[in-house]
Amino acid sequence: MGRSLKKGPYVDEKLFIKVNRQVEAGTREPIKTWARRCTIIPEFVGFTFMVHNGKMFHKVFVTEDMVGHKLGEFSPTRTFKGHSSKKIR
Amino acid sequence: MPRIVGVDIPNDKSIWISLTYINGIGQYTSEQILKEARIKGDTKANKLTEDELSRITQIIDRNYIVGGQLRRQVAQNIARLRSINCYKGLRHRRGLPVRGQCTQSNARTRKGPRKTVAGKKSVKEAR
Repeated sequence: MGRSLKKGPYVDEKLFIKVNRQVEAGTREPIKTWARRCTIIPEFVGFTFMVHNGKMFHKVFVTEDMVGHKLGEFSPTRTFKGHSSKKIR
Repeated sequence: MPRIVGVDIPNDKSIWISLTYINGIGQYTSEQILKEARIKGDTKANKLTEDELSRITQIIDRNYIVGGQLRRQVAQNIARLRSINCYKGLRHRRGLPVRGQCTQSNARTRKGPRKTVAGKKSVKEAR
């Protein structure tokens, strides 16, 4: 759904290069990124990303189940701490 | 009364309608099944022969996921979304609409009956 299948998944190129570099080096450092629109591809499994939500970076450890989702889905942009409890008058 | 796919017992309506009593089969799917089985849709369900019933069962078993199996699959998909901490999963956990609908007003299907909060502006005005 959404993005036409013909086009294929959108993957942020810079992020992809960074992941590849780490694969070659054999390291698993967390990668800071702003590319929330980037689709998670199987190559990303096992990596930790620091996904920006407009304010801070959320640590996202990518598991196999997450493939096909976007990075931004795992870094919520809104805070809702619930409604205040009943005021005592 | 005829039995189709396990415990589902459609009554003595037209077979086209009785098939939709099975979870996962709507009017469109029902039509498709009957077309494939070459059975007239307006035959009453209790007038069907054994042979016709087995043909319908076969087609459903082969091509469709229905009943408890379907329900399990849907529940599994939701459980997966919940477990990976994605936005859709969070919405499911909160019991809010998942597909980006507004929630300031309405959204009652997901949120359930209204819980009136005392001391809220609109409530005070009503007094």
